[in-house]
Amino acid sequence: MALSLLCSEFVVERDEQKCIACQVCVRQCTNDVHTYDPENDQVTSDNSPCIGCHRCVTLCPTQAITISRNPLYFKENANWTPLAIRNVFKQAETGGVLLSGMGNDRPYPVYWDHILLNASQVTNPSIDPLREPMELRTYIGRKPDRLQIDSGKEPRLATRLSPQLVLETPILFSAMSYGSISYNACLSLARTAQQVGTFYNTGEGGLHPTLYQYGQSTIAQVASGRFGVHPEYLDTVAAIEIKIGQGAKPGIGGHLPGEKVNEEISYTRMIPTGTDALSPAPHHDIYSIEDLRQLIYALKEAICYEKPVGVKIAAVHNVAPIASGIVRAGADFVSIDGFRGGTGAAPTVIRDNVGIPIELALAAVDARLREEGIRHKASILAAGGIRNSADVIKAIALGADAVYIGTAALVALGCHLCQKCYTGKCNWGIATQDPYLTKRLNPNIGTRRLANLLRAWSLELKEMLGGMGINAIESLRGNREQLRGIGLTDTELKILGIKAAGEAW
Amino acid sequence: MRRIYINEDYCIGCRLCEIYCLVQHSHSQKIIKAYKEELPRPLARVLVEEQGYLSFALQCRHCEDAPCIEACITGAIGRDSNTGAVLCDENRCVGCWMCIMICPFGVINMNTEGKKVASKCDLCYGEEEPVCVKNCPNEALVYEER
Repeated sequence: MALSLLCSEFVVERDEQKCIACQVCVRQCTNDVHTYDPENDQVTSDNSPCIGCHRCVTLCPTQAITISRNPLYFKENANWTPLAIRNVFKQAETGGVLLSGMGNDRPYPVYWDHILLNASQVTNPSIDPLREPMELRTYIGRKPDRLQIDSGKEPRLATRLSPQLVLETPILFSAMSYGSISYNACLSLARTAQQVGTFYNTGEGGLHPTLYQYGQSTIAQVASGRFGVHPEYLDTVAAIEIKIGQGAKPGIGGHLPGEKVNEEISYTRMIPTGTDALSPAPHHDIYSIEDLRQLIYALKEAICYEKPVGVKIAAVHNVAPIASGIVRAGADFVSIDGFRGGTGAAPTVIRDNVGIPIELALAAVDARLREEGIRHKASILAAGGIRNSADVIKAIALGADAVYIGTAALVALGCHLCQKCYTGKCNWGIATQDPYLTKRLNPNIGTRRLANLLRAWSLELKEMLGGMGINAIESLRGNREQLRGIGLTDTELKILGIKAAGEAW
Repeated sequence: MRRIYINEDYCIGCRLCEIYCLVQHSHSQKIIKAYKEELPRPLARVLVEEQGYLSFALQCRHCEDAPCIEACITGAIGRDSNTGAVLCDENRCVGCWMCIMICPFGVINMNTEGKKVASKCDLCYGEEEPVCVKNCPNEALVYEER
């Protein structure tokens, strides 16, 4: 075999004075970076297979290991960065499409970090959430055009309300399939959703029968491969989401390699063991908004109009008119996934170059639906790149009803964003089906950590709301006066629909 | 009594329990010193059994009808009245290994350095929680009353 021109990406440094040769690192690394030599009772490390996941660093009982970037110097070149050179080397060696996991990691502007929040001073009182009630409850679903009330002896609501999802905090777990993530990861998400009073999403992985008990906290996806879709699946869950696109790979289908399709996944997805699970890029029965409407209503018929049916799309250039069409087609909620949304596997070139940021897409969709007078007909769920509670509150002020978190949830479970999900060798037991690795994620710990994350974010949301003098998240929705842009161009401010920092009401 | 229970579904085979057990039963109780300077190396009283992807950490079960107590010829092995733990008084142990012969779990080891004594789990006598439980990174070991 010819010599590879790729030099190692990371350097594994081992402090020999601290290393006790206990071999925890040797046993934990699935990439065989560390090796034990019994002859001289020493552990040595090979830099080249290291992916920088920090499993060894975290478990080393003496903190003897540290991982750093290989400082190897390439001749300075603003055009030909080390990454560009390495990618050419890789493709010249393999002739293949470069793959990546997780979301777009390129240094595009992060608009969240260019948006500032307001707070009350003198003229309007702020609220202390520890002393006064603060409402985070959120309803997802179609709202009526107007309310009619029968004012008889006992007045009652005459309008028939559409089915709604009730969230105790405006944060849901994004679609991540059983297959792309492990059973223990799915179980952690499901249990947390039930415990906290929110929802998780099955992705296109179907629903394992042992997770039916969490059905009322589950949003079921119906995607282009229709994996795992059967009457019981639709009956068990709380809502249905038709997946058209994904932020990490707009316009691209999915591919779960056959090696990951073990017996349990084969049963859940209803495909033979060991066969590749291929989700086509388009739905082969949807080529127009009218076709989409047919599927929405076919599903609504199947569930007797008792649950909300939504549609998920990737944030692309024409997102606002598409979202308008989706609402008019009868969707009860629209999920918009920005280009920083994660994935188990996507061609790197697609992940890094296709789609637009969620901040702009969300503002554009909300503005368009308002202009057309149909904003109330569907809820908007924003996804793709929500990193903390400030991002959540900014998204809601930009017009989202609630947000989906995927990457943040996985990070809470231990993910270190090494972006190697597609290898199936996740050292943290998340993006793998290898029974030796999946047990590394104890769902009891996972549930506790996810619930803690949602609790912490919810407390912070209440603090920020209180500071603005608002006592219910409902009152912040689309309230862009609470936002100001910093370091943005006039066009960006216009699209975001916000004023520049320094401009008064 | 509170006992150590194993959940093999979540044992990741890292063997940190063995490492911390060894340190706890060393002279210095300092991890680097215990490994690098205390020679011969102290013994861990817990052992991770592995086959394929299945693994679990096994230490003395502190049986209700402990056969090692019956078998001990000097009365060195007895039950602690406070914790219920089965302990070996190393001053009385003569290293006859009858306990090792009779232990159904194979969790008693020979310590042949210096005076021969039987080495077994003492539930980290004096500690709030055994160190193997405290340091299990995946909560595969729990110390509780059932």
